[in-house]
Amino acid sequence: MANGKPPIVEITNLAKSYRRGSQIIPVLQDITLDIAEGEFLALMGPSGSGKSTLLNLIAGIDKADSGRIAIGGVDITALGEAELAAWRAANVGFIFQFYNLMPVLTAFENVELPLLLTPLSRKERQEHVEMALGLVNLSDRMDHYPSQLSGGQQQRVAIARAVVTDPTILVADEPTGDLDRVSAEEILTLMDRLVHEFGKTIVMVTHDPRAAEKAHTTKHLEKGVLTA
Amino acid sequence: MFLIKIIIRNAFRHKLRSILTVIGVAIAILAFGLLRTLVGLWYLGVEQSSATRLVTRNAISLVFSLPISYRDRIRQVSGVKLVSWGNWFGGVYIEEKNFFANFAVDPKTYLELYPEFVLLPQAKDAFLHDRKGAVCGRKLAAKYGWKVGDTITLRGTIFPGQWEFVLRGIYRGAQKSTDETQFFFHWDYLNETLKKAAPRRADQAGFYMIGVTNPDLAAEVSQSVDGLFKNSLAETLTETEKAFQMSFVSMTEAIMIAIQVVSYVVIVIIMVVAANTMAMTARERIAEYATLKALGFGAWHIAGIVCGESVAISLFGGVLGVVLTFPAAHWIETELSQFFPVFSVSALTIYFDLLAALAVGLVAAVFPVWRGSTIRIAEGLRRIG
Repeated sequence: MANGKPPIVEITNLAKSYRRGSQIIPVLQDITLDIAEGEFLALMGPSGSGKSTLLNLIAGIDKADSGRIAIGGVDITALGEAELAAWRAANVGFIFQFYNLMPVLTAFENVELPLLLTPLSRKERQEHVEMALGLVNLSDRMDHYPSQLSGGQQQRVAIARAVVTDPTILVADEPTGDLDRVSAEEILTLMDRLVHEFGKTIVMVTHDPRAAEKAHTTKHLEKGVLTA
Repeated sequence: MFLIKIIIRNAFRHKLRSILTVIGVAIAILAFGLLRTLVGLWYLGVEQSSATRLVTRNAISLVFSLPISYRDRIRQVSGVKLVSWGNWFGGVYIEEKNFFANFAVDPKTYLELYPEFVLLPQAKDAFLHDRKGAVCGRKLAAKYGWKVGDTITLRGTIFPGQWEFVLRGIYRGAQKSTDETQFFFHWDYLNETLKKAAPRRADQAGFYMIGVTNPDLAAEVSQSVDGLFKNSLAETLTETEKAFQMSFVSMTEAIMIAIQVVSYVVIVIIMVVAANTMAMTARERIAEYATLKALGFGAWHIAGIVCGESVAISLFGGVLGVVLTFPAAHWIETELSQFFPVFSVSALTIYFDLLAALAVGLVAAVFPVWRGSTIRIAEGLRRIG
């Protein structure tokens, strides 16, 4: 393993294809990959190479045709829709390219969203949210709506939302793709902190070589196959 | 709590769209409520009819009268408590457009049979003792500015001439739904004038009103009265007041059914409009629903958010429509009193209004709920940006 720790993500012989009319288009073929706990992995590749599909499968928001994905020892390919939803709520933090915040909710409420599915009390939720927003340096913007925040600030709120439940793994799909250079650097530094200070495991899809430089490991996908 | 918060904020996210939808639903509910009230009021006369009152009229047609000599023979029928009589006068006040119901009646017996017309004792006494006296309902007096003691002249259409009356009292209805736009005067005044001007038309009653001692005797008394005059020159048809009123209503039943159908069509139209609005809303928010699902929220949460927003907007419109129904009904009752002497909105109508608004919200949410709750997350997330 890259950092000597045991794998938290174990992907074995994974395959996925899409159907377009009568045509079947293979997207991922025979992917086998282990990701160690606390590893920061970047997935790179040209458009259509299958990197976002692989990320979606790891996050449990898409279903594989064959193969197995075990995360933290749980075979998520064997889970049903409802079980998978509960598993995602507890184990996956999402960071999207376009932040995907609820525009009608404040920064605080957006970060609180995943906690609503937990048995935490209102007071406990408040403590968690304040801690998460403090981590991304947005304690003073709690009551702001997404439209009142810059792109970089919105992505930081999204990161706070991703970490607030202390998930097993963070998945980031082009997290800097919609940001200027300065904001992108801030986000990458923050993600780096999450790995180094908090031991988080991050799988990031990116086109940006500078973003990939921050990762411990970079994997390349070409036409649905891992090349390096 | 979170669901309610997000539902309310989402409902007014696109203010213009939401306001227009709310106004649309409000207008539809207003129209639905008014049309239902209209249909209900059409049958009000039937519903308000007393079970102890019978109407006897000429068996051929209501336009033919009956000899006044029938009165004493009807009185002798077993089960009859009281007999009153009268004529539809059809008088016009100043102009044809000033239409209101006016009857020549035997005052003492008529007021006894109709306790729902409430007169002050002194007004009743003055009316009974003045052969040219008349009484009218509160709304009619208010409409024309009549006061007790005023002389009112009606132009006879069935009984030609200018007929002068002195207003001796203004009655009020015992119930809110009692018609307060009628005008009554002495049948004797009509009859004595006819004796001089048109003797062949005198001593005739347009109808008899019979008070029975027990509602259960209505059928028996009806049969007995009609039996008395069988094979006479003026055979009678006696029926309960309810059946009598129903015979008028049934003439226009097709129109009432059409109005009812229109009221439902209005609701169906607003359902389609609201469904279109909600479909647009859901389409715009697919990425948000996908994000919520990615975070672990289930299909039921998404369904609750979409359905709640639709129902909230519809109920808001529904409540606004209900609130607007009251001033609208008041305006109709005031300005169109010659057509709708009573136009009061019932509690049942309000209940149906709100039920209709709820149905609009639920039906409008069906497609967006299905779309939002079944969206594949990966597909929904691609909709952003």
